[in-house]
Amino acid sequence: MSAATLPGWAIHALGLPPEASALSRQIDGLHAAVISATFAGTFAVFAVTLWFIVRFRRKRDFESTPRVVASGVREWFQGAALLALFLVFWAVGYSQYLRIETPPEHAMVVYVTAKQWMWKFSYDDGQSTNDTLYVPAGQRVRLVMTSRDVIHSFYAPSFRVKQDVIPGRWVNLWLDAAQPGSYPIECAEYCGVAHSNMLGEVRVLSPADWAKWRRGANPGEMIARGRDVAAKNGCLACHTLDGQRHVGPTWSRLFESRVALADGRSVVADEAYLTRSMMDPNADVVAGFNPVMPSYRGHLSAEEAGALVELIRSLKDGGPKPVVALPKVTSP
Amino acid sequence: MTIADLPIPPGAEPSAESFLGAKTTFRSWALTTDHKRIGILFFFATTLMLLLGGVFAMLIRIEHLTPGPTIMSEETYDRMFTLHGVIMVWLFMIPSIPAAFGNFIVPLQIGATEVAFPRLNLASFYVYLLGATIVIASLFYGGIDTGWTFYVPYSSHTPAAVLPTVTGIFIVGWSSIMTGVNFIATVHTMRLRGLRWMRLPLFTWAIYGTSIIQILATPVLAMALTVVGLDHAFDWGLFDPARGGDPVLFQHLFWFYSHPAVYIMVLPAMGVVSDVIPTFARKNPYSYSAIVYSTMGIAFVGFLTWGHHMFVAGMSTFDAGAFGVLSMMVAIFSAIKVFTWVATLYKGSIALKTPLLYVFAFFFLFTFGGMTGVAVATMSLDVHWHDTYFVVAHFHFIMVGGTFTGFLAALHYWMPKVTGRMYNERWSVVAWALVTGGFVVTFTPQFFLGNGGMPRRYYDDPARFQSLHVISTVGSWALALGMILVPIYMTYAFFRGPKSGPNPWGSRSFEWRTASPPPERNFEGPVDFSIDAYDYTTPQTEDA
Repeated sequence: MSAATLPGWAIHALGLPPEASALSRQIDGLHAAVISATFAGTFAVFAVTLWFIVRFRRKRDFESTPRVVASGVREWFQGAALLALFLVFWAVGYSQYLRIETPPEHAMVVYVTAKQWMWKFSYDDGQSTNDTLYVPAGQRVRLVMTSRDVIHSFYAPSFRVKQDVIPGRWVNLWLDAAQPGSYPIECAEYCGVAHSNMLGEVRVLSPADWAKWRRGANPGEMIARGRDVAAKNGCLACHTLDGQRHVGPTWSRLFESRVALADGRSVVADEAYLTRSMMDPNADVVAGFNPVMPSYRGHLSAEEAGALVELIRSLKDGGPKPVVALPKVTSP
Repeated sequence: MTIADLPIPPGAEPSAESFLGAKTTFRSWALTTDHKRIGILFFFATTLMLLLGGVFAMLIRIEHLTPGPTIMSEETYDRMFTLHGVIMVWLFMIPSIPAAFGNFIVPLQIGATEVAFPRLNLASFYVYLLGATIVIASLFYGGIDTGWTFYVPYSSHTPAAVLPTVTGIFIVGWSSIMTGVNFIATVHTMRLRGLRWMRLPLFTWAIYGTSIIQILATPVLAMALTVVGLDHAFDWGLFDPARGGDPVLFQHLFWFYSHPAVYIMVLPAMGVVSDVIPTFARKNPYSYSAIVYSTMGIAFVGFLTWGHHMFVAGMSTFDAGAFGVLSMMVAIFSAIKVFTWVATLYKGSIALKTPLLYVFAFFFLFTFGGMTGVAVATMSLDVHWHDTYFVVAHFHFIMVGGTFTGFLAALHYWMPKVTGRMYNERWSVVAWALVTGGFVVTFTPQFFLGNGGMPRRYYDDPARFQSLHVISTVGSWALALGMILVPIYMTYAFFRGPKSGPNPWGSRSFEWRTASPPPERNFEGPVDFSIDAYDYTTPQTEDA
């Protein structure tokens, strides 16, 4: 019963989302069996009732009826037979439940932090993403989850799994995505006003894409990486992300803008200009700033420089609002 | 109409001396200790709550007509589903059948002139009224947005009127306990001399079983909600993990009450079904003892299944497995009842009147709801369905398809008993068709929504679910239209309906062996219950 896989039309008829894992296929097999029994039972009751209504409809008022009493043995037998069926459901369901609840050993670990109203995923290589969980196809991934505020529930319908995420506790859930694709994540435990917006997605990558993503080739990830690089290398001591003037020019609205230089020229702040400025800062000094920036040649890898460019690109339409006002820096 | 050959004393013809006509002042109603009048007071109060809860339900459905905002903001939506749940569960379904029909009918069914504690009965009504008023008033204190389940730590942090709401529910709980104690004492001590337990009408058994759950479970709810209130108001933090508390403990305590509460809601409806079928099929129950024992079985095993609400909350897999097995056992008791009811029709003389139509709706909807209950007790499936619309559909099939159709069956069945007047059968069938059909159209799509992965309590619907939401909403309009018809033709029947005579259905159940409406002291002259409540083996004579 549980081993059977459902044909596509049955999954469609039941309104189930596409199956994203081997486990979800097994669960759907049981699903179909239980729902079929539900329909069969209900319509049997309906049909027998209808038959009795017609067959034994009242013909004369106040007629008497024979006294019919159940034999105790038959009652017990019926109850026991039905209980046996239910216990089969239970046994199959329980063994599947144990598989859902027992994370496999040697699985890749992703740490999940839920908070009102977002999901944060932190990977073993130090990357982290918000609302999008990247996992490799064909590999088991264990999610180690906690909440920072109220109870949330991690629900990935295509995987047929769900786990309440409870503040103060670390709970497990695991996924084994079969095919590359994108599958929704929903918060299933009411958590306040934006509960229905606490959505995300599981992005299952092919092994090749996964390897690429792990090298930080993903643009979305590059930005986060760029932030990291900027913080670690002290860039943010002089450059702001929020548009305020500091020791160096802000990165907000910088990308692809025309920049006036100290020597009267002007350049467009494209990838090439930005990278050059990191490696050879005094080549193109921006008008109004002191030439104090050291060279980062040999300090930043190409990948890290790229991440910084991606970060600056992401600020093209302005950065975050200033949190603190910076002291005025005098220009020459 | 006809009067059966049952021993109705000649003096018991409907007359000005009925409990309705005896006194008509406001004071005679407000301070009455007559269980029949208190039953009517409860009926109107709980029906008012049904109306209120129903309006919230309709607004929720309209909100789902379009994705994004339709008629209300996210904050308002969260308050709407919370109030819908709180009002329907605590202010309508739990008190409605026991306190309204139970109060009226149980003493009549056991040949008593009163309940054991008439003044406690009246006090229960006013306590209910006080609690209900506080809950409704919390609407104006900024509302409450926690869902009816009050899950911590959300409920201990939300800036909503948690304290007044839980106070109101706490007070309503007293009323529930008072009524329960009263019925237990009444059934134990007030039965007609010689009326043995195993001859009691099945509705009385159901109310008795319900009362046991009420007095055992309600204190646990009161305790849990008290702590939530204190956590919220004074930052006690007993359930707050930030202070070493355990939020899952709250869930255990809450469901320790709230799962049995499902049986508080559905057992009385099952009692109605057990009494309506023999009357309209003129037939003894296929197995009286099976119904009695399964009622008591539900009342006790129902206490051991609460964990099936928490399969994904992080309990041990062993506990989860045990709760799964116990939940299957509760389902068996309900299944035995359904078998017995259907088999009761066999070789009967079936008159398809409105109360029986509601009972057939109950058969169909309750069986489907119950079988989907088995489905959600199957743990690996529940992991997918938990907190989705599948569960919403499942429990509405039980609560509306079961309890509410039972309530409507009771209303139609006992209308002539209470008022001595008959409603219009044609209109009642129209209303039945609208209510039943509307219900099916409203809630069947929600099973598919749940299968598809639509979580409950979502203000904004992911676009892929939209068409099913629209069907569901349109169905709710048919349901509402049917519901509006009922009070209209019932009010007309009360003032203008034809006189029904004491026993228009030709029932042999004990409550029909007196005038309709009954006299103030219930029975005039000697009460004779020598013929069994379900004995239809002898023909009744017509007495035109």
